[in-house]
Amino acid sequence: MRRQFDEELDKLNTDLTKMGHLVEVSIENMIDAFKNQDKELAKEIMTNDRLINDMERTIESRSFNLILRQQPIASDLRNVTSALKIVTDLERIGDQAADIAEIIVSFEEKHAYRTVEHIPTMAKKTKIMVHEAIEAFIKKDLSTAQMVIKMDDEIDELFQEVKQEVVEIIKENSERIDFCMDFLMIAKYLERVGDHAVNICEWLEFNQTGIVNEQRLI
Amino acid sequence: MSIKIQAKDLNLYYGEKHALKNVNLDIEENKITAFIGPSGCGKSTFLKTLNRMNDYVKNIKITGNVSLDEEDIYDSRVDTTILRKKVGMVFQQPNPFPMSIYDNVAYGPRIHGIKNKKQLDEIVEKSLKAAALYDEVADRLHTSALGLSGGQQQRLCIARCLAVEPDVILLDEPTSALDPISTLKIEELLMELKEKYTIAIVTHNMQQASRIADYTAFFLVGEMVEYGKTKDLFSLPKDKRTEDYITGRFG
Repeated sequence: MRRQFDEELDKLNTDLTKMGHLVEVSIENMIDAFKNQDKELAKEIMTNDRLINDMERTIESRSFNLILRQQPIASDLRNVTSALKIVTDLERIGDQAADIAEIIVSFEEKHAYRTVEHIPTMAKKTKIMVHEAIEAFIKKDLSTAQMVIKMDDEIDELFQEVKQEVVEIIKENSERIDFCMDFLMIAKYLERVGDHAVNICEWLEFNQTGIVNEQRLI
Repeated sequence: MSIKIQAKDLNLYYGEKHALKNVNLDIEENKITAFIGPSGCGKSTFLKTLNRMNDYVKNIKITGNVSLDEEDIYDSRVDTTILRKKVGMVFQQPNPFPMSIYDNVAYGPRIHGIKNKKQLDEIVEKSLKAAALYDEVADRLHTSALGLSGGQQQRLCIARCLAVEPDVILLDEPTSALDPISTLKIEELLMELKEKYTIAIVTHNMQQASRIADYTAFFLVGEMVEYGKTKDLFSLPKDKRTEDYITGRFG
């Protein structure tokens, strides 16, 4: 009865899955580039960020046209509007991976990845959060989403630990201040990635219930 | 919140056909309540039970209760003329009488005993203004109503209804036969009228229900499946049948 509508919704889902995959690859590559100080890989991440940005526009356009032509309501409306919201978060995660990649390209210090002890842990956990958030959204899995939201507290604590570590490094050797500022930026970007993963999970809650952060929106 | 009309355990049979099945529904005063559902679901049948228009149908049997202001409208002592004055009806096809615009609106008051010309003039003007039609017809009140456009004729039917000072206005797909602009004019009119009247409307147009109705009831095969605030029903329907219907997964 609504073949065209259903086809459009399927395409929207496919696009979201594809964008989610691109973002996950960006995060994985960023961690690999960071660990191995692979500047070529880092440059690739920055170039590929364009693909993620293009996907954001594709999904936005598809969503706007769906709303224009089909006037979706009920679950269809929640699917289209939550897709619109999460593409912003996915795009920002892509940006943060590219921003970290830009810093990696400029690093001179060897073994930079392990210099600040808590950064590898932060990176691993944000990678898990991004993966689980995207999976949860695609599978409409609220309980995984809840788990991701809780993980954000750990990321925030790790960020505070990193700040402390950086302060200690600067106290020991004030010439390392530039290097330490880069690490602080990396940690901040990772912390923001965690926040965006949480946003994706919150929009999943909206997708299923019409509620975000205990506020009924629809 | 005040209930104007209440249907309780309402069943209606056309001969053997069980057309309305245990309908329980409260219609709130000064609100617009929409009835939606596929063709043949019983929504128009239900609408007509609210002012006993079904009385004219042969082999009809009704059990249960419909009350207006807590009084049973099916009580044998009820004067159906008075009932239909209080609970007016507008139909899908505009049906102006073949007489002047003025006489169309004055018809009801005259039937109810008003003969004073000045009084009738006032009622006609007031009703046409309330139906947002006066400005368009003020200079030709004594011309034939049949010369009006479809949208104007429908507003005339609403004015005719208002002229007898109803409490409730029932509308059975009032804009199905009208163009989009006339439709929007009628919708705006209904939004204004609900300040003073209680309105129930049958509609096939889901967007119309979501634009103007405070409450919506979904009917399916004689059953009232779900009823609630329109924004809740259209955003998070509780029943899968409601979701499937409003999203077009079945007609």
